[in-house]
Amino acid sequence: MKHFSELISAIEITNKTNSKIDALVDYLKAAPEKDKLWIITLFTGKRPSRPVKTSLMRQWCMEITGYPEWLFLESYSSVGDLGETIALMLPDPTHHIEKPLSVWMEELIALRPKSDLEKKDYVLNAWSGLEMQERLIFNKLIGGSFRIGVSKKTLVNALSKYSGIDANRLMHSIIGNWDINSISFDDLIQGEHINYDNSKPYPFCLAYALEKELPELGDPEDWQVEYKWDGIRGQIVKRNDEIFIWSRGEELVTSQFPELVSAMETFKENFVIDGEILALKDNAVLLFNDLQKRLNRKNVSKKMLEEIPVGFYVYDILEWNGQDIRTQPMTYRRETLETLLASQTLPNHILISEIITFNEWSELDAIRNKARDFNSEGLMLKQKNSPYHTGRKKGDWWKWKVDPLTIDAVMIYAQKGSGRRSSKYTDYTFAVKKDDGLVTVAKAYSGLTDVEITEISRFVNKNAIEKFGPVRTVKPELVFEIAFEGIALSNRHKSGVALRFPRILRWRRDKTVDEIDTIEQVKQLITNPT
Amino acid sequence: MKLVKFTKKGIYCIPGKFYLDPWLPVDYAIISHGHADHARNGMKYYLCQTDSKTILKHRLGADIQIESLNYNEPKTVNGVQVSFHPAGHVIGSAQIRLEYKGFVVVFTGDYKVKNDHLTVPFEPIKCHEFITESTFGLPIYNWLSEAQLQQQMHDWVLKNQSHNRTSVFLGYSLGKAQRIMKLMEGVDKMYVHSAIHNLNRAIEGSGILLPQTHLLNYDFKKEDLQNKIIIMPPGLLGSKLLKKIPNAATAICSGWMQIRGNRRWQAVDAGFAVSDHADWNGLMSAVKATEAEKVYVTHGSQATFSKYLNEIGIPSAEVKTEYGAEDDDKELEKKEAS
Repeated sequence: MKHFSELISAIEITNKTNSKIDALVDYLKAAPEKDKLWIITLFTGKRPSRPVKTSLMRQWCMEITGYPEWLFLESYSSVGDLGETIALMLPDPTHHIEKPLSVWMEELIALRPKSDLEKKDYVLNAWSGLEMQERLIFNKLIGGSFRIGVSKKTLVNALSKYSGIDANRLMHSIIGNWDINSISFDDLIQGEHINYDNSKPYPFCLAYALEKELPELGDPEDWQVEYKWDGIRGQIVKRNDEIFIWSRGEELVTSQFPELVSAMETFKENFVIDGEILALKDNAVLLFNDLQKRLNRKNVSKKMLEEIPVGFYVYDILEWNGQDIRTQPMTYRRETLETLLASQTLPNHILISEIITFNEWSELDAIRNKARDFNSEGLMLKQKNSPYHTGRKKGDWWKWKVDPLTIDAVMIYAQKGSGRRSSKYTDYTFAVKKDDGLVTVAKAYSGLTDVEITEISRFVNKNAIEKFGPVRTVKPELVFEIAFEGIALSNRHKSGVALRFPRILRWRRDKTVDEIDTIEQVKQLITNPT
Repeated sequence: MKLVKFTKKGIYCIPGKFYLDPWLPVDYAIISHGHADHARNGMKYYLCQTDSKTILKHRLGADIQIESLNYNEPKTVNGVQVSFHPAGHVIGSAQIRLEYKGFVVVFTGDYKVKNDHLTVPFEPIKCHEFITESTFGLPIYNWLSEAQLQQQMHDWVLKNQSHNRTSVFLGYSLGKAQRIMKLMEGVDKMYVHSAIHNLNRAIEGSGILLPQTHLLNYDFKKEDLQNKIIIMPPGLLGSKLLKKIPNAATAICSGWMQIRGNRRWQAVDAGFAVSDHADWNGLMSAVKATEAEKVYVTHGSQATFSKYLNEIGIPSAEVKTEYGAEDDDKELEKKEAS
C-alpha cells in the first residue's frame, strides 16, 4: 500500500499531465505484476462494486471518535470528501499493516458477501493499522472515485511511455475484454487478446475559430456549410464485423453507446466515419448537459437509454472498404458518404449532416443566429476541395459559433466545490431584480480563474450569514455577467425562466447590485416562447 | 466579575484601561506576538514579551514606544497584574495573563501545544476566563509528530535531489520560515529570501540562535542553488524570482495543507501540514487544562468549536475579532518581499 499511496500522492498534487505520467511510469517500473493489472483496472473504471456502505463507515467513525453527527457533518463539508474526512478524524494508528495493492483488492472483493459485523471487524482493523494517507486510500478503494485526474488517456500514455507500445493500440487492449485472473500484464499490454487492425483510428481533422470576414473566404460556391453541434466528436470504425467508437480525446467509448453500435451492425460495408454523438429525442437535438448524463457510466441502464437516447450526425468518411480516402477532396468524400448511407434504410438516429444552401455570404449571419433555436452551436465552413487533415490546420475548415446570450446578475449563494475545488467556494447561485427584491435565475460554477475564486471565497467567508452547513447566503454585492445558450419560460423555476448551460463570462467589478438586470429584461431575451 | 470586554477596537481590559492586540489605534496596547494581525501600527505605547521586541521594532518601526517583559515577569498596570507566558506559536509569542482582585483571564493570541524545539514550549495556565483562538478548530486537523513531519520533508528533499531538483519551501517569514529552517537543519545548504533573512537578524538580535542559512541574492548563480534548499514567503508563489530558480520543486508549508483539496488547489509539487497553531487535540487539551469557567473563542472555527465546548459542558461563546487574516500576513510578506 505504501508504494500505491505514494503514487496517489504524487498524482493528486500535480495538474501537469506529464508529471502524472512520470509518476505512473515510476510506479509501473517497481510494482509487482498483479498490482500493475490492478492499476489498469482501477483507472479504467472497472473497479469491483462497493463492499461496505458509506453510511456504515460514517457510523463506525463516529463510534470510534465519539463526535456528534453535526460535528462530523461540519468537518465533512469542510473537507468535501467522506473517505478523507474519516481518514483525518480517526486516531493515530496503533500498528502497521503492509500488503500489496492486489491483496487489499482481493480481500475487499471477498468482504462483500460477509455480515456487517465481519465487515466492521475488517475495516476497523485496517483503519488502526494504516497511516493517514494510506487510510484515505483504503477508504477510496472501498468505493467512490479518486478524482485525481487520471483519464484513460493519461493511463494509456503512461503505459505507452513505459512499454514503447503505440497508445491507441494500448487503449484498445485495456478496454477490450480481459480478466485480471487469467491474463499476464505483458500479454495484456502486448494486446494478445485483441486485433488492433480492426480498431485503429485516424487522427481527427479539427477546425479553427473563424478569424476573418466571410467575403475574404472567396467564392461562396467553393464552401460547404453545415451546422456545428455541441456533442462528442466521434469516429466510428467498422472493420471485419467489429465496431469501435473513438472519442476525440482518443478514448474508446464503444460500450457507452449501444444504440450506435447496433445501428452500425446493420451495414455490410467496412468504413471509418467521422461525426457527432448527440442526445437525440423526437428528432430534436438535446443539450450537451443531457448527453453528459449518459457519459462515463459503467453500465448504461435501459431507463437511461429511453430517457436520453443517443444519435450520430455523420460529417465525413475517412475509409471506405479498406481504402484510406482522406486525401480525396471533400466533395468526393461527401458523395461516398451519401452513397454509403443511401445503401440501406437508415435508422432514425443516424443522420447525415445537413448541407446549408445559400448564395451570398450575407445570408449566413441570420442562419447562424437562428441555430440556437434547435441547439446547434453555430456553423462549420469547409472548403469543398479540402482533404481530411491530420489535426488542426488553418484555412480549410472554420467554426463560426453563435454569440452567447448574457445578463448581469448578483451572487446570492455560494457552495464549496468537490475534489480539487473542495477548499473554495466555487459553485454560485445568481439572482436578478424582481419588484423590490431578487429572484434566483441561474447556478453556475465555471468561467472564473483560480485567483478570482480565491478572492470570492474570501468575500464569502467574510460576508456569509450561515455558520454551519455547506451553503452560504452572502450579501448581494458581487455582480457577474452570466452567459447562456438559450432561455425558455418554465413554471418549474421561481423566476419563471430556465437558462440553458449558464456559465460565468466575467466578474463585473465595475457594476453594483443596482445595475443588474430585472427579470422582465431577462424575459425579453426569449424569442420563441413555447 | 467583568475584567475584559470585546470592543470595536479590540479586547479591552476595563480596570487596566489597556487593549490586548487591538486592531485600531489605542493609547496602550499589550501584544501577544509579532504577526501582522496581532501587532498593528498606530499604538501610542506597546508592551510585549522580550523576544518580540526586536521583531515589533523591525516590523512597525524603530521609533515606536515599546516596553518588554520576560516570560512570567509580572507588571502592574492600573492595578491589573499583567504577565506573559509561553504560547509556543512563534518566537516571542505569549499568552497574556491578567489578574485583578484574584480574578484571572488568559488571552492566548495564537498558540501551538506541540514542542517545535525552537520556541519556548506552551505552558497551560489555570484561569477563570480563557480567550482562545480556533484557527484549526475542527477534528480533521490533527498534526503529525515533529519527527514524522521531519521525515516526510527530508524524504521529499532527497527525492528532489535524486531527480536533480531544487527544493523550495514556502512559509511565512515570521514563524514558519524558522520552523522550516529547524526541521531542515543539517540536510543541505539552506538559502532564505531577504524578507526572512532580515527577520532572522532581528530575532538573533534578542540573542536567539537560529540554524545557519544564506541570503538568497537576486543575482544568484544557478549552479550554487541546484539541489539545495530554499525558503521563501508564500507571497512569492508564481513570482519571477521563483521561476528563475533552476529545476525548482515547490512545497507549501501550512496547516491548511492537511486537506487534499487545499494541496491540490495551488499549483505546487507538495504540501506539508506544518502549522504554528494548535491542532484540534491541542485546542481541547489547552482548554481543559485551564479549568476555565468560561471560554471565549476567537478567530477560526469559532462557531463550531464553541458549540462543541458547550455540548461537552464547558460554557463557551464565540467572539468576533479581526484576527486570523493570514491575508494580512500575505500583504506584509509582499511588502517585505518587494
